[in-house]
Amino acid sequence: MTTGTEELSNVETAKKLGLLPEEFEKIKQILGRTPNFTELSIYSVMWSEHCSYKNSIVWLKTLPKDGPHMLAKAGEENAGLVAIGDGLACAFKIESHNHPSAIEPYQGAATGVGGINRDIFTMGARPIAQLNSLRFGNPDSARTKWLMKGVVKGIGNYGNAFGIPTVGGEVFFDESFNVNILVNAMSVGIVKEGETASAISYGVGNPVYIVGSATGKDGIHGATFASGDLHEDSHEDLPSVQVGDPFMEKLLLEASLEVIKTGAVIGMQDMGAAGIICSTSEMSAKGKHGMNIYLEKAPTRQANMKGWEILLSESQERMLVVVEKGREAEVEAIFEKWDLNCQQIGEVTEGDRLRFTMNGELLADVPAESLVLGGGAPIYNREYSEPAYIAKNKAFKIDSVKQPSDLKAVMMHLTTHPNIASKKWVYTQYDSMVGTINMTTNAPADAAIVDVRNTKKALALTVDCNSRYVYADAEAGCAIAVAEAARNIVCAGGHPSAVTNCLNFGNPYNPEVYWQFVHAIKGMSAACLRFETPVTGGNVSFYNQSKNEQGEVPVFPTPTIGMVGIIPDKKKRMSLNFKQEGDVIFMLGSSRDDINSSEYLYSFHGVKNSPAPFMDLEEEYALQQVIKQLIKDGLIESAHDVSDGGLFITLLESGMPNGLGFRIETDEEIRKDAFLFGESQSRVVVSVSAEKLDAFVEMMADTDVDFVNLGEVTADNIIIDDQTYGSIIEYKEAYDNAIGKLMEA
Amino acid sequence: MKFGVVVFPGSNCDQDLIHVVRDVMKQEVVELWHKDHTLQGCDFVLLPGGFSYGDYLRSGAIARFSPVMQEVIEFADKGGMVFGICNGFQILTESGLLPGALLHNSNHQFICKNVNIRCETDESIITSKFKIGQKAVVPIAHGEGNYYCDDATLRELKENNQILFRYCDENGKVTPESNPNGALENIAGICNKRRNVFGMMPHPERASEGILGNSDGKKIFESILNSLITA
Repeated sequence: MTTGTEELSNVETAKKLGLLPEEFEKIKQILGRTPNFTELSIYSVMWSEHCSYKNSIVWLKTLPKDGPHMLAKAGEENAGLVAIGDGLACAFKIESHNHPSAIEPYQGAATGVGGINRDIFTMGARPIAQLNSLRFGNPDSARTKWLMKGVVKGIGNYGNAFGIPTVGGEVFFDESFNVNILVNAMSVGIVKEGETASAISYGVGNPVYIVGSATGKDGIHGATFASGDLHEDSHEDLPSVQVGDPFMEKLLLEASLEVIKTGAVIGMQDMGAAGIICSTSEMSAKGKHGMNIYLEKAPTRQANMKGWEILLSESQERMLVVVEKGREAEVEAIFEKWDLNCQQIGEVTEGDRLRFTMNGELLADVPAESLVLGGGAPIYNREYSEPAYIAKNKAFKIDSVKQPSDLKAVMMHLTTHPNIASKKWVYTQYDSMVGTINMTTNAPADAAIVDVRNTKKALALTVDCNSRYVYADAEAGCAIAVAEAARNIVCAGGHPSAVTNCLNFGNPYNPEVYWQFVHAIKGMSAACLRFETPVTGGNVSFYNQSKNEQGEVPVFPTPTIGMVGIIPDKKKRMSLNFKQEGDVIFMLGSSRDDINSSEYLYSFHGVKNSPAPFMDLEEEYALQQVIKQLIKDGLIESAHDVSDGGLFITLLESGMPNGLGFRIETDEEIRKDAFLFGESQSRVVVSVSAEKLDAFVEMMADTDVDFVNLGEVTADNIIIDDQTYGSIIEYKEAYDNAIGKLMEA
Repeated sequence: MKFGVVVFPGSNCDQDLIHVVRDVMKQEVVELWHKDHTLQGCDFVLLPGGFSYGDYLRSGAIARFSPVMQEVIEFADKGGMVFGICNGFQILTESGLLPGALLHNSNHQFICKNVNIRCETDESIITSKFKIGQKAVVPIAHGEGNYYCDDATLRELKENNQILFRYCDENGKVTPESNPNGALENIAGICNKRRNVFGMMPHPERASEGILGNSDGKKIFESILNSLITA
């Protein structure tokens, strides 16, 4: 076969497309000949990290995958699927869109939202909630503000028009993200058990349809782009960024769910990374069949597109649908109703060959299996070694830090720090209430709570990762991310069910980066086993770094944890805010002389090297069981976990919603700064009403979990050890407006 | 009473509105598809929020030309009751059924949050159960909610008592600080002179159930039933 293109295909072309010389040799072996340019492009995108997980799969396989609620395990479908009872299942997944967002923040973020939602509804689930996890660089820089405004507008405009509420998320700033920001989007959907669709293709002669948007030149080689370092010329890769159309996505959602209901669909997959080639190969490999695809039949946005461009385009809002032969008219009528393209572009064949032709000319002929993860895609064991900075972190001693004389200065520093201050400027740009199931709008909780209509249940959702902890100690830091997610769900009244992860790291060929990756996976495994929250899937994003004069600068390693929990009785959900003056405030868990990797140590004292905060999985697990029991027995008025900014910030956040203050005593045995601002884990602040006090103490005394009476809720003053630090109103004003002021400065 | 909720492609509050009318208010409700030329005998037409036809041009600018809107316009011209919320309000101004226009929010951002609104007249079927000056907390969620009209129109709105709601602070005072989007004189909702076509930017259907922790908006639906069923 000499066809496809006039361009020569050799090892040099392969390298330009991001393939290694040994991979080029492997392709030649598979095909028994030299691949043409189109075929080489196919392998380049399909064997890119983004599609093949070639540098991560060995370790991903070590993550716990089994749990009592699992319906679809990691890698089996487009998203994870867990049973939530009442004959319903929850499909959920998190995915990154880092590189596109770093060069074109608006479209990069928007299409990230679009892609993750398609992963959910392509399974037959209706998305009901979205979350996101964002990392930006120095918030004072003009570039960060440009990126942040673009990303937030992109997520907002896409998600708002699509009509699914954005109910939760996190935003974190650190200089390591100055060039390479992180944009992770999560979607959660609900489907009746047994009514899901699968990403599979089989049945010789069954027609293959492309539906949704027309195919354009946007996003060609996007997956390859995502699998290389960002560098100063990355903006020249702009055509690698796709353009989003949320209106089309909304139509595609309605039409897809309607068409799945007919039962005429064999399989369906959205076209995300690597476009037609990815969905045809993954569906075919899974169903152990081949396909003939006639590329000229695909509706295109412009004339004279080349075959390989149609094949590799990452134009958004498209799906590949394999339909049972004889039921074409039924399917076509539904897409017609929604005014969507619905064009047959091929059919299922016997064997495993994917044959792509353009006006009768054979452009590529490749075995589907050879392209995909678990099939012919390469798998690498990468070497790793402990980064030099880890020794420096371990050497940190708290005694080297002088206690501040002016506590109020620390309090205000933390209250207004962009990592801690209210993210209101961000989340008011997202429609958080459409769908009328967001139960946290008027009752804030540690996790977002969404109603599951016509059942007793609600879902608790959260995304968590403190990148600084993972940088400090990848294993402990990642275990903390899982523990915090589980704690948030428990504090909202839920039972942690399962995890989706988005693993954002630097270049895997850098042994120190790979060390971070390996240890994060180990920490995640241990924590997911302890909390019985299997990993249902997610995505890996390597190459998050940029080059400067010092060489490669990886981002803080960020294994974002998205967790879903079930609230068995929605009447017994828990909020985080103090309810009334005079209620008694307790802290469950132990105070420690620990300021490791706290915002206080890092940004107030400027100490960049210290270990991760204290974490013990057994202690954490025991604490969570007690919180569950307290909520079940109705003994507490509020529950809020101690996390970024320490106990002081936790108390402040519990006080602000109702404008209530607090009077507390510190512990003489513990350094005051560590007591108030330390971030050691496994602590939760609860408030208890006078009527429940005895029952609360009685129950706590029966457990092994430490608890301490901190003080009580006040009308508005903040009083610590009999000294007044101002009114809650003053802090609320500062907390609410800090990021807005920064963005408008 | 038979309610009809118009479903445009890109509507996304249609099901929320249907849920409230059917499950909370226990009324009969049907979907009115944008391509259809019938209102299925409905007594009351609701235009939901969302992004009809994508709203890439200008909110509501395309929807006014849809087949179903020709029926809605004819229905309203004959005195039929029509109520548009958010995008529905925008479509009603674009269609000329309500005066004025909804411009981009003054801060050029989409805004989703709870706001306070103050009832300005109890002489309308959607405010009949309110007292003048009564405050309600109802969420907004829009990018183009900045109500604008010319001086003559504003004078007419006031003379005819057509302003239904204004944005206010938590004490019920209409202040510049409590205006979320730059709307002229804090206007959040109006009706036409004949008092059969109503539009508001805030979403009462998002504040109509105890489970959401806010049922202030339910009073609007109760007003409708109160006016029409007892009338």
